[in-house]
Amino acid sequence: SGQAGIQQLASVSRKVLVANRGEIACRVLQTAKRLGIPTVAVYSKADRASLHVQHANEAFCIGPPAARDSYLRMDRILEVALRTGSEAVHPGYGFLSENTTFAGLCEDNGIAFIGPPASAIAAMGNKSEAKALMAAAGVPVVPGYHGDDQDESLLLEEGHRIGFPLLVKAVLGGGGKGMKLANSAEELPEALSSAKREAAAAFGDERVLLEHYITRPRHIEVQIFADTLGNAVYLFERDCSMQRRHQKVIEEAPAPGISEDFRRSIGEAAVAAARAVGYVNAGTVEFIVDTDTGDYHFMEMNTRLQVEHPVTEAITGQDLVEWQLRVAAGQRLPILQHQLKILGHAFEARLYAESPERGFLPGTGTLQRWHVPPGAVSFNHHGAVRVDSGVRAGDQVGVHYDPMIAKLITKGPDRQTALDNLHTALSQLQVSGLPTNVRFLKRLAMHPSFVAAELDTSFIAKHLDSLTEAVPPPVKVVAMAAIARHLLTVQAAEREAAGKSGSQLGAWAVLDSFRLNHEVTSADSMTHTATSAACPVHLTFHRDRSVSVKVSGECTQDVVVAKMCKLSTDGTQVEAEIDGERLTADLSLHDAGDEQVLTVWMEGEAYAFSKPVPRKWARSGAIQSSAGLVTSPMPGKIIKVLVGDGDEVEEGAALVVLEAMKMEHTVRAPRPGTVAELAALPGAQVADGAVLAVIAPSQQQAAAAGEM
Amino acid sequence: MGTLIHNLNEKIAQISQGGGQKAADRSRSRGKLLPRERIQALLDPGSPFLELSQLAGFGLYGKEDVPCGGLVTGIGRVHGRLVALVANDPTVKGGTYYPITVKKHLRLQEVAEMCRLPCIYFVDSGGANLPRQADVFPDRDHFGRIFYNQARMSAKGIPQIAVVMGSCTAGGAYVPAMADESVIVRGNGTIFLGGPPLVKAATGEDVTPEELGGAELHCSTSGVADHLAESEEHAISITRSIVANLGPATAQQRTLARHFQEPLHPPEELRGVVPADPRKPWDVRAVLARILDGSQFSEFKALYGTTLMTGFGSICGQEVGIVANNGILFSESALKGAHFIQLCAQRGVPLIFLQNIMGFMVGKKYEAGGIAKDGAKMVMAVANAQVPKITVIIGGSFGAGNYGMCGRAFSPNFLFTWPNARISVMGGTQAAGVLAQVEAQKREREGTAWSEEEQAAFKAKIAERYDKEGEPEFASARLWDDGVIDPADTRRVLSLALAAACNGSTPSTPHYGVFRM
Repeated sequence: SGQAGIQQLASVSRKVLVANRGEIACRVLQTAKRLGIPTVAVYSKADRASLHVQHANEAFCIGPPAARDSYLRMDRILEVALRTGSEAVHPGYGFLSENTTFAGLCEDNGIAFIGPPASAIAAMGNKSEAKALMAAAGVPVVPGYHGDDQDESLLLEEGHRIGFPLLVKAVLGGGGKGMKLANSAEELPEALSSAKREAAAAFGDERVLLEHYITRPRHIEVQIFADTLGNAVYLFERDCSMQRRHQKVIEEAPAPGISEDFRRSIGEAAVAAARAVGYVNAGTVEFIVDTDTGDYHFMEMNTRLQVEHPVTEAITGQDLVEWQLRVAAGQRLPILQHQLKILGHAFEARLYAESPERGFLPGTGTLQRWHVPPGAVSFNHHGAVRVDSGVRAGDQVGVHYDPMIAKLITKGPDRQTALDNLHTALSQLQVSGLPTNVRFLKRLAMHPSFVAAELDTSFIAKHLDSLTEAVPPPVKVVAMAAIARHLLTVQAAEREAAGKSGSQLGAWAVLDSFRLNHEVTSADSMTHTATSAACPVHLTFHRDRSVSVKVSGECTQDVVVAKMCKLSTDGTQVEAEIDGERLTADLSLHDAGDEQVLTVWMEGEAYAFSKPVPRKWARSGAIQSSAGLVTSPMPGKIIKVLVGDGDEVEEGAALVVLEAMKMEHTVRAPRPGTVAELAALPGAQVADGAVLAVIAPSQQQAAAAGEM
Repeated sequence: MGTLIHNLNEKIAQISQGGGQKAADRSRSRGKLLPRERIQALLDPGSPFLELSQLAGFGLYGKEDVPCGGLVTGIGRVHGRLVALVANDPTVKGGTYYPITVKKHLRLQEVAEMCRLPCIYFVDSGGANLPRQADVFPDRDHFGRIFYNQARMSAKGIPQIAVVMGSCTAGGAYVPAMADESVIVRGNGTIFLGGPPLVKAATGEDVTPEELGGAELHCSTSGVADHLAESEEHAISITRSIVANLGPATAQQRTLARHFQEPLHPPEELRGVVPADPRKPWDVRAVLARILDGSQFSEFKALYGTTLMTGFGSICGQEVGIVANNGILFSESALKGAHFIQLCAQRGVPLIFLQNIMGFMVGKKYEAGGIAKDGAKMVMAVANAQVPKITVIIGGSFGAGNYGMCGRAFSPNFLFTWPNARISVMGGTQAAGVLAQVEAQKREREGTAWSEEEQAAFKAKIAERYDKEGEPEFASARLWDDGVIDPADTRRVLSLALAAACNGSTPSTPHYGVFRM
């Protein structure tokens, strides 16, 4: 490699277009830049100011925010590729990365699609056919039915033959959609019909396949690479057993607790799988490993670079995007199997905008603060801590695209060191402006069973309560938050006055809460967002400038005395001596809807406190309680309206099904009554807090309430 | 000295408890804050509070204890501006006025007048202490003097603001009624000259306090109060924004904010706010959201006379008062407009008129209700307001509506027109109808026939002429305005014209107090 390699590469691929956005687009662009290859980015109108646009040499707007109007528009992307003279297109992951039509179109136009040939994508895209192919190639597969005949009675019969528990999956499925479990024969008909329904809705194809369900499975996948000259290697395995609803949460490489023999066997099986379909470029062969028997079975092959590729980069010291570019340029794989070695251990944690404490409800908002751990690298494997992200402070997250904010990758010579690094990095990460799963990731990383590498795919479901349990904040944290709030408001008042009438305030500019012959106590109330615990506080300002903070309510109750309280000029850090202990906290204050949220980072933990902002249009008392307003809990698209105007509904009845963040959410009736004003229309895009319907109390209830 | 100070602090600690724990708990159970908490919440965070007359009433009435004289007064800072505060303490004898209470209240007003400090009254009082009426009611420095002071200070341009958080009965009702601006809390705040017991005694009528003088009534029907608050916290937040909108404390202080926020909605969208069909009503808020800084509008009397929108905002850092049509003018809308224009004139805040007006309401009921008289009040206020004025005709401008909304005859510093605007004494169709009737009567007298066709042609001709003469090109050609502008440029044009209008002019205080009409 070296200089000669770069020249050779540049001579083959003069320009690369990246047909993606966010983190993965940035990732590809960085390697291309390092290799001296000119780059072209495409972006939707929502991404005009996004990071990936700035990383590229040229950038073109390809349409409105919705992915189907921009990042999925093959014609527009090809047009940009041709116009700019791009010789290769990198599809990233998601969007068009596994689209055979797009891969074919690129080929037809003489543009290299950086990925496998369309035929290989097609072969692996149909799960049933892929399994038949693999079985023929001698790769072990899970017992199941993958036939085209979708006759109900045949499916039931096949189900009985395979045995229970049994998994029903959409043929074209992925990401957990259209996947249902039947524990017994009785559950099978329902599982079949619901999987078909979801499959039809999500993929426009209701065909399903059946598979024996392994009770304690591990998800182990093998990274493979093949070039056009007939070379193929495996870059070892990753364990992705830490999943929640089939979405990976923490991945690691290599898989802990497996023998070298097993590693070689599964690796070679993966290479065999790739060869069976004439595979070229990066791919991942997923296996399901039965922890009880130690058997592995082929599950599926992902014909693209994956989200979790950095853990493989970390343990092999290779840049997989560079490999992709070289292979696409017709070059040989940089190194062969015997030159590949495992150099330590690595973890990747996926940071999502979601609230684990509230059933992982997706969150949206503006990243008010985005501080990565000090010393972290990005888009390369040359550091103990790596953060790959396509966002900056001030960016909107989670409205139009995937709610993943970033990936945190750590490595070390051994598993424990890499895990310690992960824990430290998660403690140093500061994110505010929207809910995140940082605390959940930290708890997962610290869980004794995880530390002991007792992994299987049901791990998170089994330990969900302890992983998501919300704990009230300690008194000193509440006190620091209260002092910070006070000092921030004082600072804002000082600034406002200074902007208005300058020095004319004179003595009145000293905001020390001075009172004649007594001390003033000021009340404030905050809600700890994770627990929804109310934390009323009373601050008493003493003559010596110390402050007594009384914390009451649902938070831990106590009175502490704070001395030497000091806020930094930029308002992002507060210091105080609380009951003799010198403490420092980092701060971020921002508005979110009708609330003001203060995030406090103290001793490696983040705590968010909210306070409602009084609004003119707010209603209180009787008017508020009588309003059966049904509002959208998040921005999304209405996919189903289950009631009609005037329908009688019970409390908790499903009213509207909303799709957001690739998930369906059911909005339910807040109380029994009549659907009085139905404002929800199928297909409509609604904002967070949009009124969907009003549930008026029925005559009887109104009368009963009146009697009381 | 140490002992003396210790004793003083002990005494003040006792006094600042007000009427005691039990009364305080009762007050809290009704969602009320204690007077010192109200003041604390209103003031800028960390603001000093220079309390006056702490020992008022101490040992003055024998066994009857009136801590602090039943009233907390002092000077504090709100939005960086000094204000004088009076807060009744309802935990002390129901907040009734003892002689010392009156004296303390008057002393605060005296200080406020001498120092030219805006006055904020937190009203929660049962009125005069009836057993002591002879010592509080009739004399020069008794209860009535409070309102006399309010009127005189308002005339001097010292803002008077009342926040009704409890009852204001009888004379007490005049504290909010005489104020320039008033806020009332739903549920707890009531204003009436005679309470339900007196009404029952006098007329036999059974009525609840809320029906008789609650927040909803006064903000939407009577107009006695201007801002409806849902809670004390809400009321205090409204009061803070009222202070923020008081305009400069002195003329020399008028400086433009260096930093301002662009509207949240793009001004280009103004091209799309007017419906193609001129008969379709549309909400002028859509315009305000696209011309005001940060799309922020502090509405005045939002629930009263809703066909006229009034309120404060700023354009490129210059504070302005907005008067905008949102439908036909009724008596209430005209009264509200007159009140608001006077407020702006008092405070030296420039006025922006957004005209989209079909005229004043016509009909028997409205004429009998004196709509001409109420319209005249608005016209009077507009004519005499000595502040920069800019008018933009964003829709129709017909009849007397044109006058009340600062048409050309009222010498606004600038007047601009949108391309969709129409200006004439009345609409073409209406004019054709009126003239056709006159003609028909004339022909009837003369005995000449007038066929349907002729009549239709007559009407069409008039309508056509009116429509043509109403067009902006026709008007602008005759310099009835200063130019026709692209709606998308409204914010830019207003900001430039405003800066020119404010150049060097020092608005003088008008020679009247703010009347409530």
